Amino acid sequence: MKVIERKYLENLFDQLKEMGYDLFGPTVHDGAILYDQIESANELPAGWRDKQEKGTYRLEKSGEPSVFAFAAGPHSWKKFLHPAENLLWRAQRTDDGFKVLKDPEPKRKKAFIGVRSCELNAILIQDKVFLNGLAVDASYQALRKDVFIVAVNCTHPAGTCFCASMNTGPGATKGFDISLTEVLDGDRHYFLAESGSSLGDDVLIDISGHDALDDEIATGKKALEDAVGKMGRNLDTTNIKELLYANSESPVWDEVAARCLSCGNCTMVCPTCFCTTVEDKTDLTGQHDERWSKWDSCFSLEFSYIHTGPVRSTVRSRYRQWMTHKLASWIDQFGTSGCVGCGRCITWCPVGIDITEELAAIRNNQTEKTNQI
Amino acid sequence: MPKANIPKLAVWKFASCDGCQLSLLDCEDELLAIAGKIEIANFPEASSAVVKGPYDLSLVEGSITTPHDEERIHKIRKMSKYVITIGACATAGGIQALRNFKDVNEFISLVYARPHYISTLSKSTAIADHIEVDFELRGCPINKNQLLELISAFLHNRKPNIPNYSVCAECKRRGTVCVMVSKGITCMGPVTHAGCNALCPSYNRGCYSCFGPKETPNAASLSRWLLEQGVEKEELVRIFRGFNANAEPFRKESEYYEK
Repeated sequence: MKVIERKYLENLFDQLKEMGYDLFGPTVHDGAILYDQIESANELPAGWRDKQEKGTYRLEKSGEPSVFAFAAGPHSWKKFLHPAENLLWRAQRTDDGFKVLKDPEPKRKKAFIGVRSCELNAILIQDKVFLNGLAVDASYQALRKDVFIVAVNCTHPAGTCFCASMNTGPGATKGFDISLTEVLDGDRHYFLAESGSSLGDDVLIDISGHDALDDEIATGKKALEDAVGKMGRNLDTTNIKELLYANSESPVWDEVAARCLSCGNCTMVCPTCFCTTVEDKTDLTGQHDERWSKWDSCFSLEFSYIHTGPVRSTVRSRYRQWMTHKLASWIDQFGTSGCVGCGRCITWCPVGIDITEELAAIRNNQTEKTNQI
Repeated sequence: MPKANIPKLAVWKFASCDGCQLSLLDCEDELLAIAGKIEIANFPEASSAVVKGPYDLSLVEGSITTPHDEERIHKIRKMSKYVITIGACATAGGIQALRNFKDVNEFISLVYARPHYISTLSKSTAIADHIEVDFELRGCPINKNQLLELISAFLHNRKPNIPNYSVCAECKRRGTVCVMVSKGITCMGPVTHAGCNALCPSYNRGCYSCFGPKETPNAASLSRWLLEQGVEKEELVRIFRGFNANAEPFRKESEYYEK
């Protein structure tokens, strides 16, 4: 493990740029911490922290120099790897049919800076969805290739966080090239850097710093341990699959449907939700056609539309589908939960519906039922 | 191109501001392509030359507010293969449907010097309340790109890509930070039909619901949440009484909080 003082963090940026990476990381914009292309460590959200609760997100000044003292924001890395709107191909009419025009794949390599453990797990889940199995998603594969990941061990979870419940954080354990733990210790401000790949080794070796001392390592470790206790939510995963499969007719679904707006925000902010719809667009002349994939949501009627109408016409059935898939049938389908405990669906629900509360309500309802018998 | 082989388009106006039919003229770059594929047979706003019906496609703007219009819309239906209504007036009754919540005779007696000249209906209603409509294009005004998509789909006999879900989906796809969650701004986006590409939130404003209710809107839940956040009942009545005040889910919601 290596210690990089705050003033040398820029070295990491310079090093990656020199290696031909475009850098993407957290930056303050529109009253939130968003992921965008950045050039320098100076664009990181120094001195900002977030406050998150059901249906609310606010940024405030922390009065401290930390650059990673915040939790997951409105954007996830999904927007770079699985874009919201993605042109799959274009076609041009010819004398004897049509010709498919393929746009060139992106050439520049991307480095993601500041990936939280929950989000890293989300990326690994989407890797399973898109890259394993019978059909590989060529677009995802092209965008995912050569991504350099600088993870940040999370020492500032939000009120809506519960990654500790999902075993997906707060510390990053896999899938990164370099991981950083930010430490503020009196007047000192430094990062404990660990390599997770041979490429990570190559990058770290050229950055100014020293081998971490025992007390520096201990301080970083403690900050990470303390983070577990700072999470505002927890989710009891005991027999979670069996619980949801056994409760498809729970009255809790009716109760949540009375509040759910079926707006789809939870699915769009979720870093693992992967559903898309495909649109073919012909122009007025009928000479050109474009095929786009767009983020879709299981909360829309069209999502489950088959020839006689939507299968999930009630909001009850749509919320149940989303939550049961996320927490239960995902396990059968991909061998892992679809939830990484980032809390985005709780924060960004316009009416503050909380997946941890809804699951607890289902569990309580079942317990009451069992006790009555 | 021989005119006989291309579809004939007519544009009709009822009680409205003309903004929606002007969206067709606003298609500047695409207008020539449209004119090459469709005979603009009856569009007084664009040309005084009128070709007689029947028409393949009628675009209808405006709401029904007079006994005369009530008859006229049936004639239009009879001479049109497809009728597409465009804009909040035609699809929900428009802003003029605010009269539906009051006694129109009182307005007439206060506004006009000689009220007996005025022949009007007590309510402003959507075209679909009077005739069978093949497609309703929402918006106040309609979105020009959606109109082009609709005309393209009509020409190529395919389903138009015009989704009925919320404005939120558009905000999220373009990466706009939710103004309601991050700033506490009242926003109708979660109950509003997509189509504007979430224009207002991208300028840090709440959605005014120009496009009216989305599919399966849960206005009651949004109201309850806004009340909890400190929004007054009077304000709730006001936000649901916009351009789509007479759309049923919004009408019910505003009436509930007016009591």
